[in-house]
Amino acid sequence: MSSNAQKSGFGATIWDYMTSVDHKKIAILYLMSGGLFFLIGGIEAMMIRIQLMKAGNDFLSAGTYNEVLTMHGTTMIFLAAMPLLLGFMNAIMPLQIGARDVAFPFLNSLGFWLFFFGGVFLNLSWFLGGAPDAGWTNYASLALASESHGIDFYSLGLTISGFGTLISGINFLVTIINMRAPGMTYMRMPLFTWTTFVASALILLAFPPLTIAIFFMVFDRLFGSHFFDVAAGGNTIIWEHLFWIFGHPEVYILILPAFGIFSEIFAIFSRKRLFGYTALVFATILIGFYGFMVWAHHMFTVGLGPTANAIFALATMIIAVPTGVKIFNWLLTIWGGSVSFATPMLYAVGFIPSFVAGGVTGVMQAMAPLDYQLHDSYFIVAHFHYVIVGGVVLAIFAATHLYWPKMFGTMLSEKLGKVTFWLFFIGFHLTFFIQHFLGLMGMPRRVYTFGADQGWDLFNAISSAGAIFMALGVIILLVNVIMTTVKNERVGNDPWGDGRTLEWAIPSPPPFYNFAQTPLVRGLDTYWIEKMEGNKEGMIYAEPLGDIHMPNNSFIPVVMSFGLFVASFGALYHPDDLPWTVPVIVLGLLITFGSMLLRSLKDDLGFHVHKEDLIKDREGVKTDGHQ
Amino acid sequence: MDINKKYTPHSWPDHPETATMEGKNKFVGFWLLLAAESVTFASLFATYLALKDKGPSGMEFTAAGLFELPLVFAMTMILLTSSLTSVYAMYHMKNHNFKSMQAWLAVTVLLGATFLGLEIYEFNHYVHLGFGYTNSAFSSAFYTLVGTHGAHVLFGLGWFIALMVRNAKRGLNTYNAPKFFLVSLYWHFIDVVWVFIFTVVYLMGVIG
Repeated sequence: MSSNAQKSGFGATIWDYMTSVDHKKIAILYLMSGGLFFLIGGIEAMMIRIQLMKAGNDFLSAGTYNEVLTMHGTTMIFLAAMPLLLGFMNAIMPLQIGARDVAFPFLNSLGFWLFFFGGVFLNLSWFLGGAPDAGWTNYASLALASESHGIDFYSLGLTISGFGTLISGINFLVTIINMRAPGMTYMRMPLFTWTTFVASALILLAFPPLTIAIFFMVFDRLFGSHFFDVAAGGNTIIWEHLFWIFGHPEVYILILPAFGIFSEIFAIFSRKRLFGYTALVFATILIGFYGFMVWAHHMFTVGLGPTANAIFALATMIIAVPTGVKIFNWLLTIWGGSVSFATPMLYAVGFIPSFVAGGVTGVMQAMAPLDYQLHDSYFIVAHFHYVIVGGVVLAIFAATHLYWPKMFGTMLSEKLGKVTFWLFFIGFHLTFFIQHFLGLMGMPRRVYTFGADQGWDLFNAISSAGAIFMALGVIILLVNVIMTTVKNERVGNDPWGDGRTLEWAIPSPPPFYNFAQTPLVRGLDTYWIEKMEGNKEGMIYAEPLGDIHMPNNSFIPVVMSFGLFVASFGALYHPDDLPWTVPVIVLGLLITFGSMLLRSLKDDLGFHVHKEDLIKDREGVKTDGHQ
Repeated sequence: MDINKKYTPHSWPDHPETATMEGKNKFVGFWLLLAAESVTFASLFATYLALKDKGPSGMEFTAAGLFELPLVFAMTMILLTSSLTSVYAMYHMKNHNFKSMQAWLAVTVLLGATFLGLEIYEFNHYVHLGFGYTNSAFSSAFYTLVGTHGAHVLFGLGWFIALMVRNAKRGLNTYNAPKFFLVSLYWHFIDVVWVFIFTVVYLMGVIG
């Protein structure tokens, strides 16, 4: 009984988090480990920019540079951006739909621990003979030739964390389908819930092809199969197809929740209902749908032929339409609103021009003939950093400020928040805008150095200088987090004063059962409706106060994930002819499947929170502001 | 939900698999998992078709020369029948007839185990012909596709047995009814995948 227990002390807290199935605690775990990986990926980015700050630099060797750039991309996509977004989905989405937890609290915990052990496994490569060095796309033609175990760390680590993500995706889908409070129809769901829903559907259908591609890679490199081995009849293009059938939806898995976060922010800080809510919802669905039909635009130069290239070029351009619809809806939400430029709103307003710039270069690359010129140049690097940093990272920072009080019960400093924004925003454009021109001047991506006679010195130096501003911005954000945590000034239910959705109607942080009584939802922006009608409690209830059923904590998810972690070491060293590899694989799988069996056999019926305790909790909340 | 509540066929709900919130969630979640599994097998099928009959120069194995239908046809019939017997088991589950359900589940497990035994025999036969996992791109794709299906069968058998043993003494309730329902759903899915394997790998393979 996690939150009721009167345990304290460091060990007890660690144990509580390791066994917790509470979506709010799992969200904090995602935030902390995603944040840690974000810092690691950021340090790798700084190493790249230091290496490229002048011609002929020897800060990193060519081989190390390949490892650093591969790990930067892989870490940022799989271990930083996605987990951070999953963290916010976990923290907020169940509150927005008026649920007491996700549909499968146990699986929620399992999803986190799989991601965590996968991420740790991947990063252990630095200490165990070298990191992967074939780029985050890990093309088979390169990866099969890589001699160290780095690629195997990539394959096995991403397999484990990929299972975790898939499980989370299913969990969120079922939560939104089944756990909505009475009255919360689909077309009354907040935009962040909608984008979580569509992104989860994309996870569901996009991750299996990646898992299969990675299985082929594992079998080819470790167990002697020939999927990608051309001499034995294999075909390396299979990897490219499967990877991008996953890889393109993946960028929408990242950007759609970012759109959702910004939609919430525009409405809150313009004090207006979202303009064109319905259009925003359908644009989200359309983007998700088209996302599966455009993967080959990453492969224009492979030689699929003019017909295939033309089809995929057209499909790609179509995506600009629903995306444009969204941009205009956000602009029209601001239009005529009573706008306040709090830190989250700064990020949201900064996001629009940044993301539009990234979108426009995306449409440029959709033209297959032009892509032959731009392919594999710094223009591509500039483009995807504009959409990922200008879209996803700005959204993550914005959400950190927006939802910090809801998650931790205390507000991040607005002053430091604005400093972070300006440093990061200026640094971001300084770093990446100029890379468009480096690309047009012919600088290829993924080169570890360049010559003084190539004329790329100045622009690279400017780009590296910009990276320093971004790093400073992140450091100030960390200072902000520490200072805020030390000060710990508690805030009430609706710290921004203009919350519109259900999460702002309950205490910050919410009690572990979220809602003592399930709310009754009367429309879009339900909390706003109640406030406008003068309802002091912020919601009306769909049920009388009664006992609440909650799930038990469990240590099994950690054990289950740890088993795969162990088995991966056996698989990794399998080709080295060591005697212990097969027993280790067997042991690891026994741990995983054994704990799965234990989970199936042992009844886990949860427990009840009694009505009297709920009443006590509620009074506690009223007297000292937090429990 | 009270796990000790005793049901009679009369008080047993019409849809015991979705009678509780947990059951409803599992029902939807499992269908979604099957969607992900479908994409998984679609990826494997696509790869198999791309690599069919492909090998190092001078490879002697082709689908047309290797596969023989009689054994595979028998396996298909056995697995299809096991799907039918699992339907009977679910019929008795819905009527709260625990003993008959267990009996039909036992038949299902026996048929599934027979199928798996024949598949192992078949693989063993190919390996003795020299068509091992590392022989060629074709062999890798073949064993990975059919072997992944076989691993699913094995997992399903373990799941059936675990549930049957665990609940042997306490009978049916609304806590374990969804579990029985899901494993039978899973079993049907495996069956459907096999129909595709039989068609795409074996029938189309023999035709050439």
